[in-house]
Amino acid sequence: MAEAALTATAVANAAESIETPTARAMRRFKRRRGAVFALVVIAVFVAAAMLAPLISPYDPDLQTWSAVRKAPSALHWFGTDDVGRDVLARVIFGARASLLAGVISVAIALLVGVPVGLVSGYVGGFIDALFSRITDALLACPFLILAIALAAFLGPSLGNAMIAIGVTTTPIFIRLTRGQVMVVKVEDYVEAARAVGNPHWRIALVHVLPNILPALLVQATLSIAAAIIAEAALSFLGLGQQPPAPSWGSMLNAAQRFLVNAPWMAIWPGLAIFLTVLSFNLVGDGLRDALDPRSR
Amino acid sequence: MQLIPTLFFVSVIIFSLQHLLPGDPALVMAGEERDPAAIEQIRQHYHLDRSLPVQYVYWVKGALSGDLGESMRLKEPVLSLIVKKLPVTITLASMAIIIALTIGVGAGIVSAVKKDSLWDYAANALALWGISTPNFWLGIMLIFLFSVKLGWLPASGYVPLTEDWRASLATMIMPAFVLGNAIAAILMRHTRSAMLHVLESDYIRTARAKGLLEHSVIFKHALRNALTPVITLGALEFGTLLSGAVLTEQIFAVPGFGKLIVDAVFNRDYAVVQGVVLVTATAYMTLNLLADMAYILVNPRLRG
Repeated sequence: MAEAALTATAVANAAESIETPTARAMRRFKRRRGAVFALVVIAVFVAAAMLAPLISPYDPDLQTWSAVRKAPSALHWFGTDDVGRDVLARVIFGARASLLAGVISVAIALLVGVPVGLVSGYVGGFIDALFSRITDALLACPFLILAIALAAFLGPSLGNAMIAIGVTTTPIFIRLTRGQVMVVKVEDYVEAARAVGNPHWRIALVHVLPNILPALLVQATLSIAAAIIAEAALSFLGLGQQPPAPSWGSMLNAAQRFLVNAPWMAIWPGLAIFLTVLSFNLVGDGLRDALDPRSR
Repeated sequence: MQLIPTLFFVSVIIFSLQHLLPGDPALVMAGEERDPAAIEQIRQHYHLDRSLPVQYVYWVKGALSGDLGESMRLKEPVLSLIVKKLPVTITLASMAIIIALTIGVGAGIVSAVKKDSLWDYAANALALWGISTPNFWLGIMLIFLFSVKLGWLPASGYVPLTEDWRASLATMIMPAFVLGNAIAAILMRHTRSAMLHVLESDYIRTARAKGLLEHSVIFKHALRNALTPVITLGALEFGTLLSGAVLTEQIFAVPGFGKLIVDAVFNRDYAVVQGVVLVTATAYMTLNLLADMAYILVNPRLRG
């Protein structure tokens, strides 16, 4: 009796000490205070973007001609812009364009890049050579220059900016997926899955894909940071979100002309871009360390 | 030789750009011009009345013989426009690289040698800052500080180096710093990991065991080997440099390559946009090839 109870406790203890990979990654991620703090910052920005109409002190498009280029005050915490709009309200609403552009353009890149990379790495041969050369060609065009060219030919709008950024981000995911697939597909468990007669599509989706997800997650996080900067850059050049709709990039564009009289117009939207991008970069670095099986 | 198929696809991508335009490209290219005869002439000139593959062959034939079309707005061949603007961007980029190498390699060495010290954390924070700061914002803030508040430097403009080097440096220092800042961050990370790797190797232990001075071990023995991957990986950042130059030139009104493409975009000068993308992509591929060759040259183990 006592023996059986002892064994049961031992089993329970053993079960406790065997950590699932997800739990281990979570534990390691929590150790990085910078990354956890960054995740909180991102959550705050996401909440601000979603609840913008509720928390914004003013209508972001409301022009008040009696309050043009007013310095930050109790009434307007971040000051007002050249046509008397509240800068805080525009920074809050601008989070929508930036976060949306970051997430959607990376989603486009994932949706196109992962399947292409999966086929390229799994099938190999001529198809792989063909896709690889196209990827090289896309990577040879400098990121922002290709995005500017695409946005120019598609016409300036937030949607087209997202497509342009998505297309220019795609080759990174094709190359990453292909490389990871080539490592994973020679593993014994993939060989075993093949030996028991699984069809190729099933091996690729069920046995290969889940094993390359951590690498994709890290790259996606870092790419969101790059996409947010790219969207702000395109909007700054006038190729993204069109005025009067608020976006951090176009706010900086307007601010440039009033640097002498109204520097606050430039400080806040820039700080918002910096904080968001920094947070995504910190979370990406944190995830990389947490998901790396070589580190303890 | 994978360069040729890659170049082929680059040309296909750039060629297809003009077919993303909504509607009849001849009408779009004509711009304000509404004379049917003029539109017909454009159609004939660009072979828009022929099938797509034929149009492509004509376009590539032209590009190979240096004919990248003509700027609709400036009525000047695209190639001569690019050749005119190139020296400005090359000057800016060279200064940016010098700044990036100084800060990036310097901080990378310090953080590797003093690993896990306060210096290491500071250098890593600097790198994170460099990667996360949008360079157009940094540019605006520098103008605010050094031009508006302190009045030390001109906010914009360009003076060729050959004309007046002092004025040239004064106008170029801020854009070059802004451009170099992001590259410095990437070079710092590469230098740090390469130095950490080299410092663990046997020959460094031997050099230390011989009783060599620490700075001689680091600079003469370690750095020489650590810099090789930094240089080749650095060549990959050429694209970042050109992308950054577009924004930097826009903010500081530097009349270079980047300003050319932005002005072209807003004037619907599509031949110029295509020409700039083609030239930058070709330059990027050539530079990578050279970097690969340099890597083999300086690394005796790869020769043979």
